[in-house]
Amino acid sequence: MYIELRNINKTFGNVKASDNVSFGIEKGKLIGLLGPSGSGKTTILRMLAGLEKQDSGDIFIDGKNVNDLTPDQRGIGFVFQNYALFPYMNVYNNIAYGLKIQKKDKEYIKSRVTELLELVGLPGVEKRYPDQLSGGQRQRIALARALAPSPELLLLDEPFAAIDAKVRKELRTWLRDTIDKIGITSIFVTHDQDEAIEVTDEIVITNNGRVEQVGSPSEIYLNPDTPFVARFIGQSDVIEHYSRLKGFEHVKGKHNAVVRPEFVEIHKFTDNKQHDFESSMEDGVVTGIYFRGSAYEVHADIGGTNIVGRIPLGGTKIVKGDKVKVLIKQIYTFDDTSTEILTNKGLDKEELYYI
Amino acid sequence: MEKAQQKNNIAVKILKSGVISWIVIITIWGLGSLNYDEYFLPSPHETLTSMSTLIENGRLQADILASVSRVLRGWILAVLAGVPLGLVVGSFKAVRWLIEPILSFFRFVPAIALTTLFLMWFGVGDESKIALIIYASFFPIFVNTIAGVASTDGSLIEAASCMGAKKIRIFFTVMVPSAVSNIFTGIRLGLSSSIICIIAAEMLVGSNGLGYLINSSKLYYKTSWAFAGIVSLAIIGFLADRLLQLIGKKALKHFGVK
Repeated sequence: MYIELRNINKTFGNVKASDNVSFGIEKGKLIGLLGPSGSGKTTILRMLAGLEKQDSGDIFIDGKNVNDLTPDQRGIGFVFQNYALFPYMNVYNNIAYGLKIQKKDKEYIKSRVTELLELVGLPGVEKRYPDQLSGGQRQRIALARALAPSPELLLLDEPFAAIDAKVRKELRTWLRDTIDKIGITSIFVTHDQDEAIEVTDEIVITNNGRVEQVGSPSEIYLNPDTPFVARFIGQSDVIEHYSRLKGFEHVKGKHNAVVRPEFVEIHKFTDNKQHDFESSMEDGVVTGIYFRGSAYEVHADIGGTNIVGRIPLGGTKIVKGDKVKVLIKQIYTFDDTSTEILTNKGLDKEELYYI
Repeated sequence: MEKAQQKNNIAVKILKSGVISWIVIITIWGLGSLNYDEYFLPSPHETLTSMSTLIENGRLQADILASVSRVLRGWILAVLAGVPLGLVVGSFKAVRWLIEPILSFFRFVPAIALTTLFLMWFGVGDESKIALIIYASFFPIFVNTIAGVASTDGSLIEAASCMGAKKIRIFFTVMVPSAVSNIFTGIRLGLSSSIICIIAAEMLVGSNGLGYLINSSKLYYKTSWAFAGIVSLAIIGFLADRLLQLIGKKALKHFGVK
């Protein structure tokens, strides 16, 4: 492992920001630290940078214990949420800052700044000051500045949180491409799961100072280890009494279940139309329908339980109060410590029948 | 519509420029002076005449020069002492805690209160007056510099540190530039304190300067001289501050000076 955290503990006052945190990161990967606010993700990043010191535990970068190294000795690049560009320096001097510390000669600095400005897609802005740039441009310059001294590890603390939604999406993809180009190991803090899922190779999910799960975005999405992850990832609605649903049996000790809209099929009820898996479908009544841009989100009441699903924009029109057929294909049941995936039993049966 | 808008803009500009306020004040002054004789309340016109007489015989220029040179000498010394000291004190929390009680004690002792002491210590010449100016302008400069350094954005320091900067470099490339805007405010405040205190000092003791001119007018029963001195003083103070502000805006724009 290129980076390793072993049994890290950190307390601020009486808040446990890191509770026995351990995980490792392979070289060259882009890692997302994902969790709700206050879950301790930024603290982990700041301890890696040396901006905070852990109360106990060890941090290794490239096999070397860095516990006693200050930030200037760790060879890291850090990108701050508020950009932290020096407002009194122009873009050139901001990017050149770390290079001057490394005592590079003028020619090298000049070519390196030009190269980095091209990399971040802003050639020719050397003479501008930060207040003459937009938020997205500032963050690109901040990235260029962090990369200038050729760090071994790039740390990004919610880099796009202060940027408006549309630009943020563009920057995400751009960041992924840029990091791929350089091939630098990067860790990226975010509370936005779409951002983490879209951009990263691997996600570390934090909650209450603990690491809940480490895995690729699809692993985390498909196989949540803990109840927290099952509820946190995706649009996850928790239901009780899942054994009352057709095709699902009660699992001992697990009383609640998570249902995601993509596990649910909703069809408008018509007397003459026969659906596949008809016998596994529940009858429901639409309690609300919401436009979600690329689809409609339908809330349906089936025997007292609220189920959320999506229907495509061009399909049969459904309105509030309509009777619907609801097919729940899959759920996650969970207790305090573990989760289990349950598939609707009717699906297997009828599949066989149809073959 | 557009014409009305334009007219509106011109009206706003005129109001903002302060021209109207001046016309009103001078008119009230002029009307008021009609009811009194020249020895009690000279009219704007009589004040101007006095000023030109004083300029013709060289008195006004000499007094202005004397006051301005004292202000400049004292104020520049105060800047040279206050800024570096403030920078150092601002960067060390412990020193700041040591200094703060002393500062809050002397804050309530105006320079004028020290005139007698300074006369005894530094004599009746320029030394005592310059010492007073230093005292008066040092505190705003010092206090604002400390505040400027202490309020440096922590993430800038962290950013510098992550790029490999050590403490001394951070001090010069992050903390000092971050404090510039506050330092500049302190320097401006220091200048106005200097001007206020020099006039008072010259009124108490001395043989030239605008303060002396104003004070000595009573000896000759020349009320209009006092008015000439006061008007000159106001103009000088106003111009000096404007000039300083302009320089700051142009040269230190990126340091956040507005």
